Amino acid sequence: MQQPNTGEHPVVRHAHPTAGVYLRVATILVILTVIEVGVFYVPAFHPILVPALLLLSAVKFTLVVMFYMHLKMDSRFFTFLFGGPLLLGCVITLALMLLFGALTLRR
Amino acid sequence: MTNAATTHHTSTGLDSRKMAFWAFIGSECLLFGSLISTYLVYKGRSVVGPYPHDVLNIPFTSVSTFDLLMSSLMMVLALAAVQRGDLKWAKVWLAATALLGILFLCGQVYEFTSFVREGLTLRTNLFGATFFVLTGTHGAHVTVGVVWLLTLWVRALQGKLTAANALTVEICGLYWHFVDVVWIVIFTVVYLIQ
Repeated sequence: MQQPNTGEHPVVRHAHPTAGVYLRVATILVILTVIEVGVFYVPAFHPILVPALLLLSAVKFTLVVMFYMHLKMDSRFFTFLFGGPLLLGCVITLALMLLFGALTLRR
Repeated sequence: MTNAATTHHTSTGLDSRKMAFWAFIGSECLLFGSLISTYLVYKGRSVVGPYPHDVLNIPFTSVSTFDLLMSSLMMVLALAAVQRGDLKWAKVWLAATALLGILFLCGQVYEFTSFVREGLTLRTNLFGATFFVLTGTHGAHVTVGVVWLLTLWVRALQGKLTAANALTVEICGLYWHFVDVVWIVIFTVVYLIQ
């Protein structure tokens, strides 16, 4: 949504989600946390423990960033300001783990 | 000072304070990325105990995680209340967010002291050093967030928090949610993936 401004540049404002959306997101976050802890305690899930937990964590992270931090509705420039360093941080983490042998590409 | 005078828009049409804060959050991603990297690189390399499985209490930390997730919900409800000019509920939700933050910090203090009693300190081994630095830095961020929230709450009590300055609450919310997403990662990487 773009609103006119009396100044030189147009002011960009975006509508935020309703309280109902916030509550639904919170419910999903709690359910995902319960699943995470469940996956940790159930031995049947242990072969896929790491990918399952990383996936669940990534979904929770994305939900908070998209809905609570409003990146879904806000300017894409904010997504770039946040996503760029986040991606760089992830790449550096993986590179350091490979460099120091904490993660191997071959079994 | 009029509202028009207090807004700071850039040539993109975006508020400069919000833009600067997103840039700050980006830099914080790199700070926590370096701390998480250090923890992961030294994981499993401690030559003496206590080891993670000896001290980490998953049920207790799960409750702390739930507490922080609920505080994020309270924060967005506070922002929604301020945006619609409902000062009464804004005060309630801001106080609830700050209280949940304080509860999380109390949990962290309890956890740290119990670890020290079990023989794990910053100097015991690589796990102790990387764990305390990572979770301690996060705790320091939560502390800053709680002080910020209490400041907003006092301003709300004084009647100085209105829909016109909802951006102040939104920026505080961005910080609080960032602290929450960092904990989401720490909970998985440090506590659940042992």
